[in-house]
Amino acid sequence: MTSSLLEVKQLKTIFSSENGDVPAVNDISFTVNPGETVAIVGESGCGKSATSLSIMGLITDPGKVIAGEVLFEGSDLLSLSKKKLNRYRGNKMSMIFQEPMTSLNPVFTIGNQISEVIRKHQRVDKETAIKKSVEMLERVGISNASKVIKQFPHQLSGGMRQRVMIAIALACMPKLLIADEPTTALDVTIQAQILDLIKHLSEQQNTGVLLITHDLGVVAEMADRVIVMYAGEIVEETTVEELFDNPKHPYTMGLLGSTPRLEVEQEMLEAIPGVVPDLTEMPSGCPFHPRCKYAIEACKLEKPALIEDFPDHFARCIRAKEGL
Amino acid sequence: MTRYLFKSILQIVPVLFIISMLVFVLVRATGDPVALMLPESATEQDRIEMTEALGLNEPLYVQYGIFISNAIRGDFGISYHYGQQALPLVLERLPASIELAVVSMVISTLIAIPLGILSALKRNSYLDLIISGISVLGKAMPNFWVGIMLILFFSVMLGMFPVSGRGGLENMVLPAFTLGVGLAAQMTRMIRSTMLEILNQDYIRTARSKGIIEAIVVGKHAFRNGLISVVTIMSLQFTSLISGTLITETVFAWPGLGQLLVAAVNNKDMAIIQAAVLIIALLVIVINILTDVVYRLLDPRIKYN
Repeated sequence: MTSSLLEVKQLKTIFSSENGDVPAVNDISFTVNPGETVAIVGESGCGKSATSLSIMGLITDPGKVIAGEVLFEGSDLLSLSKKKLNRYRGNKMSMIFQEPMTSLNPVFTIGNQISEVIRKHQRVDKETAIKKSVEMLERVGISNASKVIKQFPHQLSGGMRQRVMIAIALACMPKLLIADEPTTALDVTIQAQILDLIKHLSEQQNTGVLLITHDLGVVAEMADRVIVMYAGEIVEETTVEELFDNPKHPYTMGLLGSTPRLEVEQEMLEAIPGVVPDLTEMPSGCPFHPRCKYAIEACKLEKPALIEDFPDHFARCIRAKEGL
Repeated sequence: MTRYLFKSILQIVPVLFIISMLVFVLVRATGDPVALMLPESATEQDRIEMTEALGLNEPLYVQYGIFISNAIRGDFGISYHYGQQALPLVLERLPASIELAVVSMVISTLIAIPLGILSALKRNSYLDLIISGISVLGKAMPNFWVGIMLILFFSVMLGMFPVSGRGGLENMVLPAFTLGVGLAAQMTRMIRSTMLEILNQDYIRTARSKGIIEAIVVGKHAFRNGLISVVTIMSLQFTSLISGTLITETVFAWPGLGQLLVAAVNNKDMAIIQAAVLIIALLVIVINILTDVVYRLLDPRIKYN
């Protein structure tokens, strides 16, 4: 038995398409400890959202989790019946989605949508659930909560809706919160508020957070550990300080190089040439080699393993040790 | 909402006014009732006398003026064919039409909602294929054939239901099923596609992430959003049923508006055509207003000013 809150082992999720099965998540393993914030970063289509949906059991047709384990406090969520899985979802683990504008049901009141999850998992009467919903709204910083509770999603702004989503997610005091690009659809000032809120509440409740993002600024702000994903695989994993100070994988270096930093005087941001490969037509060897400026002949031949070349620092690159 | 209702009700008057003009002119443009009413041996003199007796020699606008001022007082004139006031004749048939329409709609909805949802949930499965097949069949079978087959099987062979006529609930079963099957076929297809679209929405994923059971995800979160489409199609079907069930009415000798109206058109029975069209128009308008009210109740995003 491990003391980890969440342990993902060799998770593999595919999507069936006309061109065959596409491995969106390919042999991913990582852990999240209680109170820890782990960020998964990567470009669009690298499999980070598919990873989070696989953990929550929310992958729908034509997607399918075909291998691996998702251990939540030791029990494998993938092998649970739907009924048993539902005791975890919304209760011990919950999720915030990227699109606050469309993630709330337009025809039910905010109160209905928050109290629904409370009533489901806490077996309280309607009145108590509504009272708790008001409290939750106040905790996520909505001032006129007793009024908002009677409103419908379309009457709220994007930032307010994301606060409501957070209220729903945290209503049952989950041990794990999965936040899938929680601030991508919001404007910058609201982004900071929402991130602060997630950080503050998760610290208060000692919640483990799995943060999915493409924004390295968010990572620096929030994360303890960072996982970098590329084409469905983990290419680098380490602590947030180590990642920013000593990136070992050329892809991570590329990501960092393409992000503006205040403390460094830069004339031009460096872009990573090329695009993420089509998952149905993966290049031979290291999937990143066609875009990598450090690629050598050997990179085209064999796919590198994720190796701990430095203490607590894993990278999937045969040249990582050379200190590129 | 009250303002919207008030405005809609006010709008009924001009709409009916325009429809009355249209039907008045069209009825007169499509042939001379005098020619139809007199025997072939009638003389020119007979024709002139008849025309005068019916008031058809006056200019059109004078005729319309007389018609509309009487109609406002509920007098739509005497039916040439029945020799009675037209409006009571129409109103007498109305309950039969509404009754049949309502029961057909209930049958169609009861069939279509579960089949449509099931079909969407099991998309591209054999079950979906079978339901789609039945829907196509239901839509493709003509009403008169379904009606006759039902009579043959349930009335003639099994003796379960009366062959024709209006009376108790047992008289209603076969004609309502005949209509309901076709309507259900159309509605099933529509509910399937609506539910498929809704089940892909982000808020359905949110509902699932809350750990609530799939039946509630589908029944509450998805179907509640799909109800708007169900109401839309019900309203369209209902308005067409009020006036357009002639074939089924004929097969089952059901004394509805459709039969009366078609007979009136064949006989050039102006008074009945005018009364029936205006009553049907009024019903359609009222159903549309009610539909709008239901929309507002179902979807808080819809506002009427």
